[in-house]
Amino acid sequence: MFTITALVILVVMALALVRAFKGPTLYDRILAVNNFGTKTVLLVAVMGFLYGRPEFLDIAIVYVLINFISVIGILRFFEYAGKKNAEEEA
Amino acid sequence: MEILFDIVSWICLVAGSFFCLTGGIGLLRFPEFFSRIHAASITDTLGAGLIMIGLMFQAGWGLVLAKLILILLFSLIAGTTASHAMAKAALKSGLQPQVVGTMDSETGGAPSKS
Repeated sequence: MFTITALVILVVMALALVRAFKGPTLYDRILAVNNFGTKTVLLVAVMGFLYGRPEFLDIAIVYVLINFISVIGILRFFEYAGKKNAEEEA
Repeated sequence: MEILFDIVSWICLVAGSFFCLTGGIGLLRFPEFFSRIHAASITDTLGAGLIMIGLMFQAGWGLVLAKLILILLFSLIAGTTASHAMAKAALKSGLQPQVVGTMDSETGGAPSKS
């Protein structure tokens, strides 16, 4: 039961990676990385149950928070880069 | 009683992984960025939620259940906020959503630097 879920999550992570490589715009890539991160959280939680080790869930909690902070950080970083190009064009 | 929990958790896990899969496919096939956000955030909230609920039935009462509830809560809050921040940042940087008509997926909705 858990192995099926883990395999499906691995497939979805591969799909997210494909979008990350193919994504034309910068924000597609950020979206794909964010999606990849949340799937990692799910994979860690399911693997924790698969091997009967409940302490994996602590890793999953920390990873949810770090993933969120990193997406906000990347967006904040690229927000000013966008403005810089706009100033150069104007 | 135990069998009931197993059946319910199996259903939730399969349904959750199905929604994750549809979201993943949607992430690839949708024409432009803003529809892809819709596909990705569906998996964040619904797919993850169902999988977590499936795991909760397996866990039973205790610390593991509390951790699972925390993960579900954080991933719901973080997923939606991140999607909103991404859409706002994309709009501010001039990425216009494709409103009418067909769109080749190469440009992905990015404004052409003509």
